[in-house]
Amino acid sequence: MCALIFSMCLLSACGNKTKAGIIVAGSTSVQPFAEALAEEYMHLNPGTLIDIQGGGSSAGVMAAKSDTANVGMSSRELTTEEKSLWYVEIAKDGLAVIIHPKNPIANLTMEQIRGIYTAEISNWGELGGSNSSIHVITREEGSGTRSAFESLVMGGAEITPKAMVQDSNGAVRQLVEDDPAAIGFISLGLVNDKVKALEMEGIAASRENIINGSYRLSRPFLFVTHTEPEGDTKKFIDFTLSAEGQRLLAAEGLITTGKES
Amino acid sequence: MNNLKEKLIGNGFFLIALSTLSVLALITVFILIEGVPVIAKVGLFNFIFGMKWAPSQGAFGIFPMIVGSVSVTVGAALLGVPTAICCSIFLTEFAPPAVSKIVRPAIQLLAGIPSVVYGFWGLTFIVPAIRNFLGGPGLSVLAGSIILAIMILPTIVSISEVSILALPRQYKEGSLALGATHWQTIRSVLLPAAKSGIMTSVILGMGRAIGETMAVIMVLGNAVALPKSILDPARTLTTNIGIEMGYASGEHQQALFATGIVLLVIIMLLNSAAQLIVQRGRD
Repeated sequence: MCALIFSMCLLSACGNKTKAGIIVAGSTSVQPFAEALAEEYMHLNPGTLIDIQGGGSSAGVMAAKSDTANVGMSSRELTTEEKSLWYVEIAKDGLAVIIHPKNPIANLTMEQIRGIYTAEISNWGELGGSNSSIHVITREEGSGTRSAFESLVMGGAEITPKAMVQDSNGAVRQLVEDDPAAIGFISLGLVNDKVKALEMEGIAASRENIINGSYRLSRPFLFVTHTEPEGDTKKFIDFTLSAEGQRLLAAEGLITTGKES
Repeated sequence: MNNLKEKLIGNGFFLIALSTLSVLALITVFILIEGVPVIAKVGLFNFIFGMKWAPSQGAFGIFPMIVGSVSVTVGAALLGVPTAICCSIFLTEFAPPAVSKIVRPAIQLLAGIPSVVYGFWGLTFIVPAIRNFLGGPGLSVLAGSIILAIMILPTIVSISEVSILALPRQYKEGSLALGATHWQTIRSVLLPAAKSGIMTSVILGMGRAIGETMAVIMVLGNAVALPKSILDPARTLTTNIGIEMGYASGEHQQALFATGIVLLVIIMLLNSAAQLIVQRGRD
């Protein structure tokens, strides 16, 4: 199957090259936003083809490095080694720790959240809430949101195997909506009024606080290319960073640096 | 000339039959090629009896998932089998034709509902009910068992019903003529005589339960720890593959195929058991 998928990727790659298209591959967290950008870009520049593929951050960086893709997408910081490539931050994504709106708790420290996710703290009573056990919800192994949470909050500690595992932001939010004793984490852009985003050490999970750096649960969304971008690739990246591209990303729920306004 | 045509047609069908078999062989070989290296590296014993599943740290133990699969399947059997057998007895022995004309297709219709619909229904009705009345997070072995019990009903009901209907009329008539009541006849003559068919239906139902993925992912909670009670979340072998395949690569992906090998072996054992019982029943 790998070989099959690989050859299909290769085929589609060849097909696009002849039409002078751009291949963008990598993080599945960035993928929907890149698709929105590509759709708009192709609308404005008819005749250009942009092909967006998933695969994960590491695969995206690899693809950019090996020229399999024109642009790699990453939803994590690059490693020192990877930083030899050309890259640009297109936006930031906040991570919100969410609980049921009826849960009286509004603010936790990083330490406490780590305690909950390692199962050292297992009752809301220990945190000043009602006396009920905490239902911990996490994402599946390999998910970019999970690895962001692990590196930002867990600091090397392991998420308890007793945690319930859901395979999408939407499923986590749905469970937290329904269960007064649940806690989970999702992309900030997907928080709605049926769940409560916790304050982190007294600082609200908001766009302003992520931009000024006081709310610490955020991760960069990066575009990576092998060398300084040129031609169509440069045009697409310039469009992403333009006021219009940034406005589009902000409308989709990402945190942009404010250049668009 | 005619003879040649017959032969050609016969061989044609043989080739088509062979192609279905080759698909099975292809899948099996592929799963083995992908999965065996990880089992070899971790060691078969550590893979099957390992308690820790953390692919990012290179820990591949699937024992909690085996326990998860077995417990939801047994739970489904405990809830589903008595219901299904009673239902098939009702259909064959008690139901007036007008009633069975409605009940029989209705039960068969259960088999046609997509499993994602079962899962969604479980998530919106059964999970909150368990959370509110019994406690715990709601996503649990119990929720999975209830959903699976409903899903295996059509399999067990229809095969059990057929095997009761296939009994010679004389069994029932003889028993009634000896003065046994209707219930005594069912209990001491019909059910024992149809035993092998009913056992087969139960095993096939359990095979269906152990292989189900989508509905179970939605209501089971998918935690990788051993469940301590039926109100705890758990993960089965199928949901382990289903929930993690999206981002898995390299060794992690191979470990998911290795999970598939274990699943394949379990289902093969169940099917062989069903075959064996059918054969013994004939002898």
